[in-house]
Amino acid sequence: MVQATLDGVLLGILFALIAYGMALQWGVMNIINIAQGDLVILGGYIAYFMYLYGIHPAWGVIVSPIIMYFVGVIIYKLVINKVVDRDLFISILATFGISILFMQLMNFAFGADVVLANSGYGTTMLFDNSVTLPNSKIFSAFISIVFAIGLVIYMKKSKLGRAIRATAQNARAAKILGVDTEKVYAATFGINAALCGVAGALISITFTIHPYMGLPYTIRSFMIVIVAGLGNLPGVAMSGMGLGMFEEFADYILGTEFRIGSVFLLLVLILVYRRFKLSKKREYLK
Amino acid sequence: MKIKNIIITFVSALAILFSTSVVSLAKVVGDKIILGSAISLTGKYSSNGVHTQNGYNMAVDRINSMGGVKVGGKTYKFEIIYYDDESNPKRAAQLAERLISQDGVEFMLGPYSSGLTKAIAPVTEKYGVPMVEANGASRSLFTKGYKYLFAVLAPANLYLDVAIRTAVELNGGKGVRIAQAFEQDAFSQDVRLGILDAAKETGSKIIIDDKLPKELNDMAATLAKVKATKPDVLVVSGHTKGALTAIRQIAEMKVDVPMLAMTHCDAAKLSKQHGANSQYALCASQWHKTLTYKDDFFTDGMTYDADFTKEFGYAPPYQAAESSAALLVFKDAFERAGSFDQKKVRDALAATNMQTFYGNIKFAEGGQNVDKPMVLFQVMCDDAGKCENKVVAPLKWASAELIHPIPKWSSR
Repeated sequence: MVQATLDGVLLGILFALIAYGMALQWGVMNIINIAQGDLVILGGYIAYFMYLYGIHPAWGVIVSPIIMYFVGVIIYKLVINKVVDRDLFISILATFGISILFMQLMNFAFGADVVLANSGYGTTMLFDNSVTLPNSKIFSAFISIVFAIGLVIYMKKSKLGRAIRATAQNARAAKILGVDTEKVYAATFGINAALCGVAGALISITFTIHPYMGLPYTIRSFMIVIVAGLGNLPGVAMSGMGLGMFEEFADYILGTEFRIGSVFLLLVLILVYRRFKLSKKREYLK
Repeated sequence: MKIKNIIITFVSALAILFSTSVVSLAKVVGDKIILGSAISLTGKYSSNGVHTQNGYNMAVDRINSMGGVKVGGKTYKFEIIYYDDESNPKRAAQLAERLISQDGVEFMLGPYSSGLTKAIAPVTEKYGVPMVEANGASRSLFTKGYKYLFAVLAPANLYLDVAIRTAVELNGGKGVRIAQAFEQDAFSQDVRLGILDAAKETGSKIIIDDKLPKELNDMAATLAKVKATKPDVLVVSGHTKGALTAIRQIAEMKVDVPMLAMTHCDAAKLSKQHGANSQYALCASQWHKTLTYKDDFFTDGMTYDADFTKEFGYAPPYQAAESSAALLVFKDAFERAGSFDQKKVRDALAATNMQTFYGNIKFAEGGQNVDKPMVLFQVMCDDAGKCENKVVAPLKWASAELIHPIPKWSSR
């Protein structure tokens, strides 16, 4: 029980980081990024290559976001800026296309083998060895928290952060008041990609990466954002950890085959519940 | 707009022209026997697809350079037409159709993986095209009554059967407690069925039976259960990612289990990626270079290993070896049939009884090879951390003694 809870919390923190990136750009640009998971995997490959060349993969959490920031900005300049004002459906199609392209390119460049980077971190044992926590997971959770807090502070204090928040609230008003929204959008997409880069590097240390493994990460972050709502960081963190724990428990109690299924079931339940609550509110307004 | 229309018209005209004027390449042109194969050169199976292709090519070169195939007093050389199936079953079936009906191929080599072979088999069966395949082990391929499908490898349900039987033997003939985790795909589920059969026959009990998702990269919950229930054997099959994930998390979570048996350790290059953490893992394999089978073309496993490494720059995984063996089977069948009549070649294939460097080959009614047992090797590392795969079962080919039970993590 304790094992499943701790595993779930540590996993959830990592999910929350990816979801936060998604929430950010969804909120600012109204774009649902299907390629989110693929950006994560690409970030993972950066750390993996550092590992191959004898650099400790933990440095990936610094190098990978830097590279990924520029990847994000380039994607924005090439594709996203053309769909940013269109309706949601177009952006889903466009990012779906990017996702397929990334998968194939990664497969072409890195091969279809499943790979991982060994951090060499040991294991922390608790309660007379009955509970084991891989230090790599603890490291991942810690780094995720550091980046999340860093980002919150950045959004509050920096000029760009304020511009991003202003654009999220009302892009037109922000533009009139002198905010270069084009630049803000590019930066937002870049920041999101950078967060994916950090998460990817952490995943290559804790789990495995493979060119076609991106989609589950997209789905999980989508779900976390749906549950928490946009622009609600504590909500994202809580729902991330909740989801992680829920997954581990579903796996532990029902069996691994129900793991992903139960996540979807939860998503449906939450959506139905939200709708129910909303319809009540509407009735009241009438 | 006008220019665009002209271009579109031009391209469509060209397309129509080409589609109607494809010259049917007959199965035998001059002194060439043309075989066809849809193979995964891109997509998720591309690494194993390339191993398969390298295996085929190696055998074609070897057979051609050593005198080719003698049919009816004339000597022929092998040639293969490849198409990339993008690891996609639908595409594979389309390409098989194309190879047969457009390119006129009359003999096929299999693709990589059970799933793709399953997609192609109905097509080759429909046209009566004999197919020798080397990479589809799923049991369901051999229960459909296919007449033109022949597999040189042992079926999937036998992969880890040896492991359970060995564990029972070491337990003094008494049944053991088994924990298992299998991916939900055709192949792994067949491996699972094999374990269920072996468990039933030996009176063993299955205490954990997890099905892993396709996107598997976390087995922590399964392993937590293993820690709590302390089974005698842990069996994992989930292709390369299953093997890699299991070893990583078993080491991280310090899961002590007397025997750990898995598939795809070869492809996962376990010992290379995980070093000493992979030590003592038992791996099912179709082939190992130290086996003492022999033939005239590749001599034996060690020679094949050396030649393959020289040509392609990496040691051959069993996927390559079995693919090479498929060509040897075809050559033998053509020569015995003495003809290129598909029916006669099919009958000759069915009557195959030969030894290759890869193992003995003799097909059962369903097309599976019944004369080649699986081997189990164990990852063994020396003090310097250098690891090697050593065959430990069946005893006839064992090059090292099985280390059992696996030492506890606390004493490693």
